[in-house]
This record gives sequence, structure tokens and C-alpha cells, in this order.
Amino acid sequence: MKRYEAIEIIVQFLNKNELIISSNGMISRELFTIEDSPQNFYMLGSMGLASSIGLGLALSLPNRPIIVIEGDGNALMNMGSMATIGHFASKNLTHIVLDNEVHDSTGGQPTISGTVKLEEVAYAAGYRMVKKVTSEEVLRESIRKSSLQGPTFILVKIEKGNIEGIVRVSHSPEMIKNRFQKSAISEH
Amino acid sequence: MTTAQFCSILKKQGFNFSTGVPCSILKNIINYLSVDPDIPYIPATREDEALGIATGAYLAGRKPIVLMQNSGLGSAINPLVSLDIIYKIPILLLISWRGYLGKDAPEHLVMGKATIKFLEDISIPVQVISKDNPQVAILASVESMEEMQIPAAIILKRGIIQ
Repeated sequence: MKRYEAIEIIVQFLNKNELIISSNGMISRELFTIEDSPQNFYMLGSMGLASSIGLGLALSLPNRPIIVIEGDGNALMNMGSMATIGHFASKNLTHIVLDNEVHDSTGGQPTISGTVKLEEVAYAAGYRMVKKVTSEEVLRESIRKSSLQGPTFILVKIEKGNIEGIVRVSHSPEMIKNRFQKSAISEH
Repeated sequence: MTTAQFCSILKKQGFNFSTGVPCSILKNIINYLSVDPDIPYIPATREDEALGIATGAYLAGRKPIVLMQNSGLGSAINPLVSLDIIYKIPILLLISWRGYLGKDAPEHLVMGKATIKFLEDISIPVQVISKDNPQVAILASVESMEEMQIPAAIILKRGIIQ
């Protein structure tokens, strides 16, 4: 499956009250293209920090499902964050890594996720639910079943390559923040 | 000023979440926050991670503090400039000043000399705390955070907070 298709499935099978943190680069741009929502926090810079922002949210809003979507390059850049998430064991955090073994947003330079087993890192760090997914069917099932028994880690193996027609996030960073914070603070 | 008095001013200003990476100068403050349920302290593995966690807490409606040694500013540059400043996320930075006046271990001298200028270069308001002004420095930082909606830094030398 392509990254775009994986993000489509994730968005489609959520319950719609989740808050989503999407990493910088193509993941935020594809999420924005598929379905823009105030509940999406599109990262533009600060590569590697999606899961840390997710943890800060999850600790502060323990009853709200928090979804982090990032790439393998992001996850490798901040593995310390996986350790902190495992330690604090936020039940409401689902950490999804779309793994194509390359930095696709910058031209496809290889990462090292082909040999480093991120799902085993997550397990060792203390994530309560860990899944490695290679098919669309299993991804659908994993998202449908992701519950408040986490932290949950879902490694999704995807194809390399970008698709045509993906726009840039057109909102200003301040607007992304303001509307996201409003949705986060409002009762659900 | 004692650690308890200092933390009490922070609490009165509404700060209710903290994270960071330790420094011996910040030892008493971090130890205090670690057992204070009003400002939970989340130990981070790196300073950039701490800014990420604090940003998430802010988005959830908290008022966060990030504590770090000035050596950690190196790790904190990217999230400060490409996350907190551009998204307008006010976080109080409590930064210890190793290498002050060039009197310290060699690894602290370069950043010790550059700390204030570096923060000013990325337009983060800086308050250096002295023995007689901790409350004034905190209030000035809170005011600039409210006005500019970006982080503000309080710089702490050794021996100021007991």
C-alpha cells in the first residue's frame, strides 16, 4: 500500500473524536489533502517531535484518544520519545509509524528501518500493544480495534514513492494551533 | 529566595505542567516539582523532546515550564524556531547558566558565552535572575509570553535559588 492509502484508511476508521498529530513533510500534506480538520495538528518543522507532542497531549487529556502519525525517519530521530511514552504508559496514545525505509519527502534517501525493528523498540520501551502491519485489511482492523488500552504502536510497512496532486498545508501555523487547541480543550 | 518560594510564585502565575532535563543548578527546583502534584514534572530524554511534550501539554490547555541546562539549548534550537515560535506557543524556559563569566568546565565555556546572545538572536525574551529580583523576572516573562505568545527564558546562575 502507498502512504496516501494508509492515511486514508486511518482517517476513515477513526471515531472522529481523536486528536491527530501528523509529522512534517508528506504525511501532513497528504492528511491535509485527504481530510482537513481542526483536530489535525499539522507539523511543518521540528522533525522527530510528533510523538513527544502526542505524549504531552495524552498526559494532559487522559480520556481523549490521541493519534500520532509519523514516518520511519521521524521515529528513528527521536527514539528517546518512545522510551518516555513506554515509561509513562499513556493508555490513550496510539503511535502509528508509516515505514517505507526512506526519507521520501526529501528525495528517497534510505533510512535504517529495514534492519532496525522499530516494533521491537516499542515493545522493549513498554508500549502495551504493538503491531506490525503489511496489508490494508490488517491496518483497517488495527485502527478499528485501537482502544484506550495503550500506549499502542502500529508499524505500517508501505511502498516508497509520492503520488501526484498533493498540496501544501495552506493554513498558517498560528491558525493550525488555534483551531486545534480549541478542539482539544472542548469537551468530547 | 528558597526553592519553595520560587515554585510558589510559578504556581501563582498558573504554571501547572513541567518537563525537562536536569542540571545541578536546577536540582532543588526539579526535586520540588517532582513531588508537587500541582506542577507534575515529566523527565524527558532530551531538551527537544521536552519542548515537544510541553507543546502537547500547552495544546491541551496546560501552562508548561521546560527546565534545562544551557548546554541543552543546542538540542532545543529546532523546536524553538520551527515549532514554538512559528505556531505561537508560549512556554516558560527555565535555563541554568553554566559557563557564566568563563569560570566553569571546558564543555560549558562556549555556550556559556553565547547563551544570552543566542536567545536574543532568535527573539526570545530573556530575564537573568539575581538574588533580589526572582519575582520581577517571572512576572516580566509571563507578561511577554502573554503579549507575544512565544516562549520566554529565565536564566538562573548557581546559588540564586536556595
